[in-house]
Amino acid sequence: MNGERPNPDSLLARVVEEEIRAKRGKLRIFFGYAAGVGKTFAMLSAAQREKTAGVEVVVGYVEPHGRPETEALLEGLEALPTRAMPYRGVTLREFDLDGALQRHPELILVDELAHTNVEGSRHAKRWQDVEELLEAGIDVWTTLNVQHIESLNNVIAQITGIIIRETLPDAVLERTDEFELIDLTPEELVERLQAGKIYLPQQAARALQNFFLKGNLVALRELSLRQAAHRLHRDVEEARYERSAITPWLTSERLLVCVGPSPSSAHIVRSTKRLAVSLGAEWLAVAVNVGAEGADAERNWELTGRNLRLAENLGAETHTLIGRSVADTLLEFAHERNASKIVVGKTAMPWWKRQFFGTIVDELLKKAGEIDVYVVSGSATEAPPNVKQRSRSTYSWRDYLLAGSVVAACGLLGWAAYFFALEEANIVMIFLAGVALVATRWGRGPAIAAAIASVMLFDFCFVPPYFTFAVSDTEYVITFIVMLGIGLLISGLASRQRSQLRASQRQEHRTGQLFRMTRQLSELSGTEFLVRTAARQIVEIFSGEVVLYVRETDGTLSLRHGEGSALVEQEINRDVARWVADNGKIAGAQTDTLPNATALFVPLIGSRGTVGAMGVRPKDAHRFLDPDQLRLLETCASLIALSLERDESILQAHSAQLQIETEKLRNSLLSAVSHDIRTPLASIAGASSTLATASDSLSAETRADLLASINEEAERLSRLVENLLHMTRLSSGKVETDRQWHPVDEIIGSALTRMERQLAGREIETHLDEQLPLVHVDSILMEQLLVNLIDNATKYSPEDSTIEVSASNSGTSIVFEVADHGRGFEAGDEQLVFDLFYRGSSAKPDQRGTGIGLAICRAIAEVHGGKIEAQNRPDGGAVVRVTLPCTEAPPQVVERNMESAAP
Amino acid sequence: MSLSDPLIAIIEDETPIRRFLRASLSVEGFRVIEATTIEEGLRVVTQQMPALVLLDLGLPDGDGIDLVRQIREWSALPIVVISARGQEDSKIAALDAGADDYLTKPFGVGELLARMRVALRHSARSLAGEPADVVVAVGDLKIDLERHVVSKSEQEVKLTKIEFDLLAVLARNLEKVVTHRQLLKEVWGPHAVHEPHYVRVFMANLRKKLENNPSRPELLITEQGVGYRLRERPGGQDLRN
Repeated sequence: MNGERPNPDSLLARVVEEEIRAKRGKLRIFFGYAAGVGKTFAMLSAAQREKTAGVEVVVGYVEPHGRPETEALLEGLEALPTRAMPYRGVTLREFDLDGALQRHPELILVDELAHTNVEGSRHAKRWQDVEELLEAGIDVWTTLNVQHIESLNNVIAQITGIIIRETLPDAVLERTDEFELIDLTPEELVERLQAGKIYLPQQAARALQNFFLKGNLVALRELSLRQAAHRLHRDVEEARYERSAITPWLTSERLLVCVGPSPSSAHIVRSTKRLAVSLGAEWLAVAVNVGAEGADAERNWELTGRNLRLAENLGAETHTLIGRSVADTLLEFAHERNASKIVVGKTAMPWWKRQFFGTIVDELLKKAGEIDVYVVSGSATEAPPNVKQRSRSTYSWRDYLLAGSVVAACGLLGWAAYFFALEEANIVMIFLAGVALVATRWGRGPAIAAAIASVMLFDFCFVPPYFTFAVSDTEYVITFIVMLGIGLLISGLASRQRSQLRASQRQEHRTGQLFRMTRQLSELSGTEFLVRTAARQIVEIFSGEVVLYVRETDGTLSLRHGEGSALVEQEINRDVARWVADNGKIAGAQTDTLPNATALFVPLIGSRGTVGAMGVRPKDAHRFLDPDQLRLLETCASLIALSLERDESILQAHSAQLQIETEKLRNSLLSAVSHDIRTPLASIAGASSTLATASDSLSAETRADLLASINEEAERLSRLVENLLHMTRLSSGKVETDRQWHPVDEIIGSALTRMERQLAGREIETHLDEQLPLVHVDSILMEQLLVNLIDNATKYSPEDSTIEVSASNSGTSIVFEVADHGRGFEAGDEQLVFDLFYRGSSAKPDQRGTGIGLAICRAIAEVHGGKIEAQNRPDGGAVVRVTLPCTEAPPQVVERNMESAAP
Repeated sequence: MSLSDPLIAIIEDETPIRRFLRASLSVEGFRVIEATTIEEGLRVVTQQMPALVLLDLGLPDGDGIDLVRQIREWSALPIVVISARGQEDSKIAALDAGADDYLTKPFGVGELLARMRVALRHSARSLAGEPADVVVAVGDLKIDLERHVVSKSEQEVKLTKIEFDLLAVLARNLEKVVTHRQLLKEVWGPHAVHEPHYVRVFMANLRKKLENNPSRPELLITEQGVGYRLRERPGGQDLRN
């Protein structure tokens, strides 16, 4: 027992990780050191055992190589049909990924993990297919030879002299759940080969001469055993870790590797990877842009990009830095990121240059301080990848012409100086000034040309014998050399300054673009606007075509921008977009996944997952080979994703707010209503129980009283329920009004008829304009409105006073008024009375209503597009006025047969 | 209570309402049978041949309207439907399906008895083969259906043909509610395509000619959302309690 207790956070992290792993399928690799050691055989035998144990096993793809033993083992196993892929006139059989995903067995066998798929497949590499299978929760068994491991690639090339093109990123290997080493002694292997058990006879003979040399086999075997041992070690460590949730080798090591354009850089990257693995450390790969210029600069930058991508594949975090000096920039970054070790390659530089300028390594060693510097030999065993020279020479003939004229001008100036009998040294100065000018304005190439031209012009015009290139005094040779040297130096310095400036300008430009995009997107809301603005920004930054797919709430992916673009019409692009959105990985043109798409697709990954995919086809097709540009695109994509997410969360917050308010309303309604329901219920219950128990001892008068109160309270309850029903209907926002044409007098009449009992004995005056048009209303709602108003009028005015109901036509609207001669509204109540649950402050407690009636009136008026207002009459009493606009002309009603019914 | 007392079938699933109906109807001299479902109701109606059916529209095993249709297939016995306010559509459906009248919950006993009496009177007349009244007198109104003459306080009132036809339909169904559709069909013919506002406009004209205060009608009563009723006794007070 050690003193440290497992930290709850790390325990939680482990649980999460285990959950992810549980959902993912398990990958088992049958690992060997050469073809023929029996990997496929072992895999199939194990599969047969699994099948007997009841596991659903499907053979996705197995390379039989015509080996009868292997073929025999295939029997009885369900085999997935392969997919025929036409390739340069022949038909190749490939593993059918979609078929496998559809079949979705528990376990699938896919041979040769490092296999490169035929062009036109979804993924460039088979391991990517396998990744997708694992993501889908399918267990995968596969085979692998040691020489295909990416980080061992150069070692193997050194041993065997053969460069293996099909490689497998180490990251895939690290995620393997089970690792089974299939071993065979080299002697046995050679025997098997000779017996024709591995290849056909002539193939076997060739193999024996090349790859299957005994020396090779022994070395490969050692590598494979080492790999397996390393793997075993890691498993043990992990097991320990799982028991304790404490990292025993918690290390603060962080490696930083400097990447350049040369092929040896790839070697250095691989070495660093091995070092990082053995140290259990994370590692960073950086490239430093010192602002080199010239025809090679761009090509070099592209090669550097390749090496950076290799590092990324091997699991490094990659960065591009800008600085004057490689060493200083590296060290600064190393300090910033707490790197403990820097790995650099040996500089291949002539001894004299090293003496004069010193190497990056020397500088690093001098300044590194606490940071260890590892120098790795960068023996180039691979041919540099073929990068197309796509940029024209950076300097145009125009620049050279301008440089020439500057030199000519200097010559003229020098001649003038000579005329004024100035020293030759001053004439030299004039030429140097010219070179400096050219260097700052037009760069290195023209500057060098200017330096040489200056020397020649100086020699020709100002050094005796004049107007020949001959030199009488040998001292002038020194002048020439110094002049040329200084000219070159100036040009070098000036042009470097210039391109550094350009690089930082580029970066500034990118930052500016991102800033603009962020600002624009943050100001907007609404998916439609966001998408449109984002697409416009992307087009501005990358100049080309853009399509945007966004995941809808129901999970489907829909095109939100780029309708009608050629990109949308090509079906492949739609599939790629879907794949990218589903898998959250980059794919399409210029990538290894679905490379035959015509655009590059990046996922829009927000904080809660992928919200869509964006496809970009820049005018310059190679643009995204530059890792910087790719990163810029990815940054833009995540910006867009976050904006979309933010927008959605605003919507959600809004609807949540609405829900809270509805909930609040409902609660206050309940509390108000329960009081108003309980009061009449209590009196009904009280009165009826009194009658039931003590009926005989009550006087006839009391009995009648109690009965009347039961009846009245019941009616009060009934009115309340009616109002509540209307309120729910109106406040649900889904009122389906049944608006028809009604005569105004009929509505008023039916309201008064309904109130007949309550109004018994009350004086009601109705004032109706002679010519009232039909009104387009929901008669039931309008009747309720009037009933509520009249009910209020009776409640809040003396019993012997008159209630006036009137309707008039103002031309553009119909005005209903209900007026009484009561106390009127309290000052300030005129607006508030229409609020839900507002009870007039002047009302006597026993007269108080629920505060629903007038709120319903307002809701009904508003449903009809009208308004309602309350005021006090000048001669006392209250009036409530409802104004309904006449928006449509009422229909004409004519009686065709107009003769009287009377004979 | 004797066998000669009219038999009333109450088809209603709410026990308290059945209890109150049973009590008040017994007091008024009716015999009562009860049913709580459509199925049971149909059995009771076919076996016991009640004089009138009180039917709740919301029953546990289906819609009361279906029962109205089934009864109307073979019998003209009066059916009074009971339903809540806000169910105007189902009231109209029940009336159009052949129900005689309706009551809106909550209702008083007075109103219930008045509706029942009207329905029973109408059915008794048609059963006895009695000819309908030639002259219907309502308040100070006299409607001579045969001579097409209407008078108010002994003064003849000139009506257009459609106005008279409307009034005649209501008069023949005195005290009973008549839906818009029934009015349209009776007055304009079975293929009339007129909108309901036609009925309303002519009804408003009728009121102007016949009512003392057209905006506070006492005779031509609007049953909002359902139809119209010609009321025999002005004022609702005595109808309830």
